[in-house]
Amino acid sequence: MIEDIELETLINEVYEYYGFDFGSYSRASLKRRVNRIYQLDGFSHFEQFLSKVRYDPEYFRHMVDEITVNVTEMFRDPSFYKVIRNQILPLLDAKPFIRLWHAGCSTGEEVYSMAILLKEAGLLHKSLIYATDINVKVLETAKKGIFPLRMMKEYSENYRDSGGKEDFSNYYTANYGIAKFNEDLAQKMVFSQHNLVSDTSFNEFDVIFCRNVLIYFDNDLQKRAINLFDDSLALLGFLALGTKETIKYSVSPGKYKQLDREKIWRKIR
Amino acid sequence: MEKDQINSHFKVLIIGGSAGSLSVLMQVLPQLTAIKSFAIVIVVHRKSTDEQTLEKLIDLKSVVKLRQVEDKVRLLPGFIYVAPSNYHLLFEKNHKLSLDTSEKVNYSRPSIDVSFESAAEVYKNLLIGILLSGSNADGTNGLKAIQKEGGTIVVQNPETADMPFMPNNAIQNMTPDYVLNIPEIIQFICTIGN
Ligand SMILES: C[S@@+](CC[C@H](N)C(=O)[O-])C[C@H]1O[C@@H](n2cnc3c(N)ncnc32)[C@H](O)[C@@H]1O
Repeated sequence: MIEDIELETLINEVYEYYGFDFGSYSRASLKRRVNRIYQLDGFSHFEQFLSKVRYDPEYFRHMVDEITVNVTEMFRDPSFYKVIRNQILPLLDAKPFIRLWHAGCSTGEEVYSMAILLKEAGLLHKSLIYATDINVKVLETAKKGIFPLRMMKEYSENYRDSGGKEDFSNYYTANYGIAKFNEDLAQKMVFSQHNLVSDTSFNEFDVIFCRNVLIYFDNDLQKRAINLFDDSLALLGFLALGTKETIKYSVSPGKYKQLDREKIWRKIR
Repeated sequence: MEKDQINSHFKVLIIGGSAGSLSVLMQVLPQLTAIKSFAIVIVVHRKSTDEQTLEKLIDLKSVVKLRQVEDKVRLLPGFIYVAPSNYHLLFEKNHKLSLDTSEKVNYSRPSIDVSFESAAEVYKNLLIGILLSGSNADGTNGLKAIQKEGGTIVVQNPETADMPFMPNNAIQNMTPDYVLNIPEIIQFICTIGN
């Protein structure tokens, strides 16, 4: 197990050697994750671990992949997707062109869920979905649209609970334990690496999703990320966060209007 | 806005449980009146789809006020907090609560071990952990962590638990400060403030 002071040393060295700044990540979670990889990879001396991270860029990338939490699901929180389906998509219908951004998309389950909703609403053909993450490895998985077959039962239940009426299995092809989602869903997706700590706004969007990413940040970094979203959101656009996250402390009141009790806010000025 | 320097020294009572623990909580919580000097955090195994039922039930049964747990809410003495479904609950040094969606631990999210271990790191000898009824091994490692950091640990007497496995597992793996039946747990909590 590493000590607090060792964690701080690691954070400083990583910043110095690679320019990745984990200094504003929530320590409670970060420490668990660093301890986890430290043990998994069989280290017993912190110095040894530190010099591996320092001098082996390959290992550093592996560490970033492992300390980020990538757990995700399709149609996670079905009631959230129901609101998107019933209240948000109809408002986007009139637009000639719809831009969406999934920040911290992980392996893409959320992105494919959204593509399914857009397709069912007849909007996918005029949409463009940007999906970004700090972790390059998860983006590779997301691009392929291949998820474990054993998850499909749960996902199809989530899909149904979110108001889905189709046969969910029509959206993928099952093969040797994997479910490969249909190519047409991925046609409008663009994947790229983007770091919410240091990168800037790159486009203007009608909907931005950033779910269960801010929980890993301290309040200051949360504020930075939300300001970045604010800069990237068109007037009357929507910002969607995870069920336990809020913009309350980060933007001036009156600028956004919350949809009922959902974690969805509309930019009204 | 709450100031950072206030309440920097208060006790935390963290209660973990699984199957059979809800009925214990329903007997204990109504008996607690004011808890000015400490915070209560409840981590029980629950269905990932249960959004608010548990919170509503606890709020209904207890005199002490419940504070909804969202990411980075501040832990304050005098309130009850409940770990939300489908997240692990973690403790920050600045007395804020963090949530985490990482892998289940002991088939559970929230996991009792995860919260106990995290709370132990921050609250050390100001932490009191109680492990209730359940049929899974979650909680044992967490209690060990609390003990190692100088906190106090209490286990429900397995003979009084609907599901004795969880308290039994703890007792077999360490020596708790107290093994108590339900009325004794109530009495014990009432003395924490003194
Ligand atoms: C728990 S997943 C959330 C996945 C999905 N949005 C959901 O709610 O199911 C968190 C993701 O945030 C990413 N992440 C962490 N730090 C980041 C950063 N600084 N910039 C961009 N993404 C980040 C992680 O790599 C991970 O894939």
